[in-house]
Parts: sequence; structure tokens; C-alpha cells
Amino acid sequence: MVAHADTVDPPLRRRLLETWETAPGLYGWLATVDHKTIGIRYLCTAFCFLLVGGAEALIMRVQLAQPNLKVLSPDAYNQLFSMHGTTMMFLYALPILSGFSNYLWPLMLGSRDMAFPRLNALSYWVFLFAGIFLYVSFPIGQAPNGGWFAYVPNTNLKYDPGINMDVFSLGLVFLGISTVVGSANFIVTLLRCRAPGMSVNRLPIMVWGTFTASAANLLAVPAVSLACIMLWLDRRCGTHFFDVAGGGQPLLWQHLFWMFGHPWVYALVLPAMGIVSDALPVFCRRPLVGYTLVAISTVATMILGFGVWVHHMFATGLPVMSLSFFSAASFVIAVPSAIGVFCWIATIWTGKPQFKTPFLFFAGFVMLFVIGGVSGFMTASVALDWQLTDSYFIVAHLHYVLLGINVFPVVGGVHFWFPKMTGRMMSERLGKWTFWTMLIGFNVAFFPMHITGLMGMPRRVYTYDADMGVGWLNLISTIGAFVFAVGVVLFLFNVWRSLRAGAPAGDNPWDAPTLEWSTTSPPPVYNFATIPQVASRYPLWEERLKESDERSIVGDAVPDGMVLDQGKETIGVSPLDAVPTVVLKMPGDSLLPLLLTIGMAALFFGMLALSLWLIVLGGICEIVTLAAWLTPKPHEAEERVELYE
Amino acid sequence: MSETAQNEVLPVGGAGPVSTAWWGMACLIATEGILFVYLIFSYAYLGSQQNGPWPPAGPPSLKLAIPNTIILIGSSIVLGWGLHLFRRTRNSRRLATTLFVTVVLGTVFVTIQGFEWAQKPFVFSTNAYSSAFFILTGVHMAHVVVGLVMLIMLLVWTLMGRFNQGHHEHLALGALYWHFVDVVWLAVFTTAYLVPQFK
Amino acid sequence: MKRVGALGLTLGLAGCANRPLSYLDSTSPIGSQIASLGWGLTAISVGVCIVIGVLLAVSIWRRRSGSLEVGPVNDRRAIRWIGVGVAVSTIFLVGSAVWTLITVHSIAQPGTPSGLSVDVTGQEWWWSVKYNSSDPSRQFTTANQLVIPVGVPVQVNLMSADVIHSFWVPKLGGKMDMIPSRTNMTWLEADKVGDFRGQCSEFCGLQHANMAFSVRVLSQADFDAWWTGQLQPASASDSPGLQTFMVRCAACHAIRGTAAGGILGPDLSHFGSRESIAAGLLPNTKPNLVDWINNTQTIKPGVKMPELHMLASETDEVASYLEGLK
Repeated sequence: MVAHADTVDPPLRRRLLETWETAPGLYGWLATVDHKTIGIRYLCTAFCFLLVGGAEALIMRVQLAQPNLKVLSPDAYNQLFSMHGTTMMFLYALPILSGFSNYLWPLMLGSRDMAFPRLNALSYWVFLFAGIFLYVSFPIGQAPNGGWFAYVPNTNLKYDPGINMDVFSLGLVFLGISTVVGSANFIVTLLRCRAPGMSVNRLPIMVWGTFTASAANLLAVPAVSLACIMLWLDRRCGTHFFDVAGGGQPLLWQHLFWMFGHPWVYALVLPAMGIVSDALPVFCRRPLVGYTLVAISTVATMILGFGVWVHHMFATGLPVMSLSFFSAASFVIAVPSAIGVFCWIATIWTGKPQFKTPFLFFAGFVMLFVIGGVSGFMTASVALDWQLTDSYFIVAHLHYVLLGINVFPVVGGVHFWFPKMTGRMMSERLGKWTFWTMLIGFNVAFFPMHITGLMGMPRRVYTYDADMGVGWLNLISTIGAFVFAVGVVLFLFNVWRSLRAGAPAGDNPWDAPTLEWSTTSPPPVYNFATIPQVASRYPLWEERLKESDERSIVGDAVPDGMVLDQGKETIGVSPLDAVPTVVLKMPGDSLLPLLLTIGMAALFFGMLALSLWLIVLGGICEIVTLAAWLTPKPHEAEERVELYE
Repeated sequence: MSETAQNEVLPVGGAGPVSTAWWGMACLIATEGILFVYLIFSYAYLGSQQNGPWPPAGPPSLKLAIPNTIILIGSSIVLGWGLHLFRRTRNSRRLATTLFVTVVLGTVFVTIQGFEWAQKPFVFSTNAYSSAFFILTGVHMAHVVVGLVMLIMLLVWTLMGRFNQGHHEHLALGALYWHFVDVVWLAVFTTAYLVPQFK
Repeated sequence: MKRVGALGLTLGLAGCANRPLSYLDSTSPIGSQIASLGWGLTAISVGVCIVIGVLLAVSIWRRRSGSLEVGPVNDRRAIRWIGVGVAVSTIFLVGSAVWTLITVHSIAQPGTPSGLSVDVTGQEWWWSVKYNSSDPSRQFTTANQLVIPVGVPVQVNLMSADVIHSFWVPKLGGKMDMIPSRTNMTWLEADKVGDFRGQCSEFCGLQHANMAFSVRVLSQADFDAWWTGQLQPASASDSPGLQTFMVRCAACHAIRGTAAGGILGPDLSHFGSRESIAAGLLPNTKPNLVDWINNTQTIKPGVKMPELHMLASETDEVASYLEGLK
């Protein structure tokens, strides 16, 4: 039985609002730990970086539209393509998914907040500051210029003087802190902060996807952070990790980078696949087909993803035996992906499709996933990869998988959850125009790159010869890129207009089944006045699905429900079966996350400028802030409370 | 599972795996732990690609490293035992002493290792081996220093009486981190000091 | 949409016979094995896209009855069909993996080594090529070009003097990286006489885009003659061009038979017979050479060769001399 917040007992509502609401004014803006605010900040900031990265791409496409153009110098081009890759891979693709997860997880899981609200705020501030750190290099013409993959020795000091790659290496370590902190938060939230009854087999697939990606990031990010520290040390402290003159090994960089890099690209897409797995069924008016298969294949893909990194190194001259192993593994990893594709198609087939904008994006996603997947299948073959690698074929493949499996679900997801986040609907008409423009523009831009790659055009080149015969295909790609950009502008316009004048959404405009749709649009700051108790995967469809006789207890007008109103509280449960085990106290607004970030920024700028006093200052700030953060409260005894009054 | 006993009594905050902080520390240990896996991989990879012996100048001396290892393990034992007693006796003064002794032992470890580093015939920037050796032992040293800062904070809080009412979570998690640092040392010590002895 | 894509692919490839870097048609034993694997996997890929595209389209637009209401579901049949789909996919994946491994095994080493080997060293942004021989007096160095006899497997030893480059002649075989402190080995063999193009294919800095080279395949007799010709030192000359060359160019460049022995830049012996200037950037003609000497930084920004600001007469003389070195 879903009830409106208006039916909440007014004194309870007042108590909850007082406890949970962020303080007003600038202090509140800087100190908030509300996961919904943080989620929206992540979404907006990541989207800004998407636009910047997209602008970089458009300029590059102008330079490449015809042979031997002189729009950009080689140095400018190198900075642009390096920043395009870095921005998209690090500052857009994961943070946008973190934004969705941050906003939605507690609502989907039936909780009041993430496990560590202050850590949540910290992960956002660090992301923002690290992005700024990377970009301050641009105005001074010293942006990273060695590619987002930064192969040594090209990025060693000898061949890349200037601070470009110092900005890159330190910036990535800085950003890595945000990723790791955010991942830990997701993992602990998933394991402990759910509504009672939300057992692991009832979790939305998006939660499975983000959880898997977070566990992977925890284990993969240290590899790139270590590699970047080593690069910085080689450049500024004279070490010889990669420097051949002292016995260093260029391939060490590649191993470390790709041990991170391959799991990373799965972390960039699995949560987005989860978005589709949760939202597509709503527009098919039926549950996802093969929930267990999809959940297992999510985890299997990620685990296998740790065992294929050498396929980025097929041309490096490694022993044929090891190349063969990694080639075989790269074929095997396609199997769980195939499972997912067939489950989505089955869901549409056995469902009743509703041609709303989100559905269009999710259907388009399935096709783009398959095209990107088969080009990946072709590169998995080590012998064929010896021709394909480092050509535009790879550029085609990576854009099909990244835009197809991340951007399209993200845009669909925005259309889907915008009503929940803002209380307004987006324009369907504009949405359909957006979809078709983006779809056509994307394919016109990137499909020809398969062909230019097969025709031998290498990648990462600022120009090409007329007699290579790829001029006309490049022109088509450039035109497509601008059409796609128009689609993005349409999308932004839709968002802007809907924010001001969109139709009121109501609680559940799509008649969707998961817990977030049981709250108001937007949800109250405390999410749920009464903590839900979950009895199935699709609480709001239980009556109609008739899978069992048990019913979830959802809604605010529940008598004798779990209200947890003695301060900022939520319920903690056991990891597998979601049996309540503890009442968790949540922290209030705090400036400490921002202060900790400022101290970090001082540390990293100090290392960039090789300024000892700045490093020391940053270090002291960190220690003091951490001490304040972690200080145990005085006279804190072990409390035990009765769950129900 | 939608039925819960109407009179269920639950802890607030909780201790050990019931709390969220414990899981947070577990995540920290997982990510820092795998960092050392990558460090050891890098050390081993650089060695495997060299034409000559690794270490180039022969195995490092164990003269200081073995006693230092014993000191660090000893500090873990002291801390573990002291916490165990504190849980039973709630004697804050003894706890403060335990923490103080642990800090001292940890500082001795850092000092001896610093001394050992200074005695090496190479510096950070000499060659690939020296770079790998110093980053492996140096990152560990950084974790020890962070651990010492943490232990000092715990000591200060103990003296401020913050743990008198039996709130043990900070102590338990701090000890978990310190034990982690010691276990990592065993792996680092084996890789950098013991394995070369047998080549 | 996917049908248009497949059509486009076919049309695009149809015109690729005269594309210098295209590798789906190939004239070498390695290249052709990779090419058949490539065609096979492309066919499977296009097939998959068509099948999934059709399934998706049918699933979206097939006729349905009933309302948009949510109701009970039974997915046993659907799961079975998913199983069929996954099983078929797995068969193709395993088959492709096996075909790949067979191909790898057969192209990793030449059938019968010929004893002919060449050392190619990648530098920022040109190629140093040294022909090996058991007789030291028959070894020589050239730059930015490879000449090989038809039907003979040639071992290519790959090194780098600075950053990672990658050696790639698409029509004759796959690519192999050139990594400093390592020597990688690949091999080339051409079925037909002709000219082929090679390209650096690992991002190596400012002029990665303009680091190309040529591979000329000759009959065995022509190849032997070429080799003998390369060994001939430059004839003695008192041309002003050579004198200028010694003063302005010999610090970086070498010409066999003169006192010029610079190793920082490409060896210019027999420069007149080379196809291109500046690693495949300009066709080798005298006006282009003059242009190059005067404007290196405009033509190839960042290249290590400085603009020398010589007098027009000096440049003209040097260019004449170099073009005369056949």
C-alpha cells in the first residue's frame, strides 16, 4: 500500500525534517552530506566535463575532416586528444554513474542515506578539485599531451619536458582517491544499509552493477595510482622504473596501466547496463527476464575483466604462449555479455513496449552494444589484432562501447529519473528528436571509422596523407560528430526547459516497481518516514505479479512502522538476507570533507610545484582534519534500543 | 522476511562486523593491500627483465632487518594483548601505556630502517633495483608512519578519557590497521630481503 | 540501420584494392592468413549484428494483444531461448578462438628461415635500416626504406633509440612494437614484386603521424643488384654541394664514401634513389628537397632537423649533389 507523504503523521514529519534537512545558506551548501544533493552535483559536474571533452573532440574532428589540414599544430592536437580521453574516461564516465548511484541507491535500497555520508561528500569534492587540477594546465598550454594512456618512454622527462605529464600523473592519483573512497562507500552501503527484507536476490541490477564495479575499482585503481607515482618519480626524482638508461622497463608501465585499465572500462559500463536492466522492464510492463542470469553475468564479466589486460599489449612482442592465453580469455568474456543481450531482447519480446524516450535509448543501446561487442570480438583475436590495433578500427570499437553502453543508457536514465529528481516530466517530443539525432549522428560519425581502420589509418595522428584514400570517410565522421553534438544540445535544452516548465510528474509517472517510486517527486530529504520492509524484487508490482502471497510494507502511513526518528538514523542489516542487526547513526552537515579536500589539493599542487612548504602545509591540514573527523564523542556508551516503540 | 519481532532490541552503532566502520576499514585494507601486491609485482617484473643478478650488488644484509622485523611483530603483539586486557579490565591507564609502548616500538622500527637505508650503497635514483627497493620499503614505511600518527591519536583520546565508557570501535579498527601493516611487512621483508638470499 | 552499415562496409572495402595501407587484401603469406581470419571474423560479426538487429526489431514491433498492464509471467520458455542464443554464441566464440590460435601458430615463425635479416631502429620520427650479412664488408645502413627479394622470408629485428614505435606494413603482415632496451623480431615475406607502404603505429610524439617508410619488393636478381649498388661508396667529387654538405650537414648525416659520418639523422647514401624525403612525407624531387631543407619546421613541426637558413645557392647545390647520389 503506497501512501503519500501528506499522510505522514505531522509531528513525525517535522521531527524528521528538522533532523535531516541541510542547514541553509553557504554553510549548508559547502557542508551538506545529503546523498541526493551530492548525487545531483556528481551528475551536473560530470556532464560539464562531458561537454568539455566533446568540444575537444569536435575541434579534433575539424582538423581531421580533410588530409593535411593546418587547423591545429601537432602539439595542440596532442594536448586535445590526450585531454579528450582523460576527461571522458576519468572525469565523465565513472562520475556520471556515481551520480546516479549516489542519488538512487538509498532510495532503491529503502535506506535513509549511504553508509558514510561525509565520505560521500569527500568523494565529490575530491572529484571536483582533481578535475580542476587537471584542467588548470590548459590555459597555460601545458595540458597532458601523452595520451590518456601515457606510454613511457614518450612521457618520461627526456621526451616530454614541461609539466604536462606531471599534471597528468599527480591529477590521476588525486582523482583515484575519490574513486576509491566512493567505491568503499558503495560496497559498505550495499552490504549493510538496506531495508529489511531486501535480500541480495531482490536488489535492482543497477545496484549489482555499481557494487561489482566498486569492488573492482577498489582492487584496480591502486595499479594506476602506483604507475602514476612511479612516472612522477621517474620524471622529477630521477628514479628508473621506466627509464631504460637505469635498467627500467617501459612495459612495466603498460602492465600496471592495463591491469587497471581493463577492469576500469568494465566499471564504466556495468552500472549503465544495470540502469537498462532496471528501467527497460518498466517500459515493457514486465519484470526483467533472467534476473539471476543478468546478476551473475555482471559479476562474471567483472571477474573475467581482471584476466584480459594483455589484449591491449598484443603487439608488444610478448611470448606467443601468453598472448594466446589472453586472446582466449578475451573471447570467453563475450559469453556473459551475450547473456545480457539475450535477456534484454527477451524482456522486450515477452513484454509490451511503450515507445517513450527512455525506451528508445535503451533499445538503441542494445544495438550499439552488439556492434561495439563484435568489433571487440574481432580485436580479441590476437592475430587479427596485429592489424587492427592502433588503427581507427579501435577508435570505432571504443566509441561504440563507451557511448553505446555508457552515454546512451545515461541519457535514457536521465529521462527516466528526471521526474523523480525534480518532480517534472521532460518533453517527450524533444526527447524523441534528441534520440534520433544522437543515434544518427553517432553512427554517421563512428561507423566509418571501422572502414578507415581496415584501410590502415593509424590512430592518434594529427593529420593523414591524401593518397591514403580516407579523406572522404573522415569528412563523413566529422559531419556525424557535429550532428551528434546537435543532439546533445537538444538534450540540454530539454533539461533546461523541463526544469522550468515541465509537466508535474507525481510520485510514479511510469508506474515503475522499485522503492524509489514510492516516495514523492522529489523525495523528502529523509527519503522514507517509515523504513520499508521488502518482500520481493518489485515491491510496487507485487499485487499484479502475484509471485507470492507476501507483501512489502511500503509507504508512510504504516502504523507501528520503523520510524527511527531519534536523531539521524537508518537501519543496518545483515549482508545476504537483510535481517536488521543495528541502528546506524548518521552524521550531520560537516565542513570536514571540504577541508580534507583542500588539504589534499595543497599536497598535490605542492608536488606539482615541487614546493616543500606547500606539501608540509597540506600534510598538517590532513592530519588535523582527520583527527577532528575521527574523534570519538565524549561519554559514548554502548546503546541498545528497542526497534519499535 | 517482512515480519520482524515487535520487541526487537538492536545495538546502536554496533561493534565489529555489525558496525559499518569495520567494513570501511576492511575496504581500506583491501585497497592498500592490493597496492602492495602491485608493488611486489613491479619489483619482481623489473628483476625478471634484467640481464644480470637481482639485486645487482647481491642480497641485502639481514643484520638489521631481522631484529627490526621482530620489533614490529612485537609491537603488534603488545597492542593486541593490551587491547584484549582493556576489554576485560577497562583500565585506561594500562591502555595508555600499551599504546605508548606500541608507538615507541614502531618509532624504533622506523628509526632502524632509516638507519639501514642510509647505509645502503645506493640511493633512490641509482638504478631500477634501487628504485624498486626503495619504493617497496618506502611505501610500507609511509603506512607505518600513518599508523604511528593514528596510534598517537588513540593515545591522546585514551588520555582524554574517551574510551572510559567502553566505546572500543576506534581502538579495534586502529589495531586492525596496525596488524595489517605488520602482515604487509612480512610480505615485503620476504620479497626484498629473504628471497634474494636464496637466488 | 545495421543493414546500411553492412552495405557501407562492403562498398567501402570494395574500393580498397588500391589503398596503400589496407590489409584485407594482401600479398604475403602472413598478410593473407590474417586477411582470411579478418574476413571470417568480419562475416561472423556482420551476421551477429544482422541477427540481433532482426531479433530486436521483431521484439519491438511484433503484434501483441492486450493492455499495457503488468501481470504474472512465466519465463521458462524465454530462458530456454536465451540458453540457445548463448550456446550458439559460445560455439562461434570458441571456433574463432581456435582459428585464431592456429593462425598465430602458423605466422609466428617463417616456414624456412632464409638467413636474410635486417635491423630496423625506430627513432623520432624516422627509420634507420641496417642490412646484416655474415660478411662484415657486405653490411650497410640506409634509412626510411626496406628493399626485399620476392618470395623470401626476411627477418626484421626491431629496436628503438628513444620511445616506443611500431613497425607496420599492412599489406605484408601485422605490426610489432619497437621498445627501447628490447629487440623484438618479426618477419616479412612478399608474394609479388611491387611497392608497399609502412607506417609507425604507436603514438611516439609530435610527428607520429608523419613517420612512414617504403618497402620495395624486387626479383632476386634485381635485389642482388640493388645490394651491390648500395655497397658502392659515393664517387669522389669536388662539387660545391658536397663541400657545403660537409660543413652544414655532416654533423648529423652520413654518406658512404665521403668523410660525412653523422649518426644523429638518416644515412643519406644513395639518397637520389630513395622514394621519399622525411620518412614518407614528400616525394623525392629536387624542388621538394630544397623546400624541405629550407622549411623543416613548417613541413614537419617538431622534427629534430633544424632550419638551417642557408643561402639559396647553397641549398640548391646541396640538393643537386644529393639527388645525384643514385
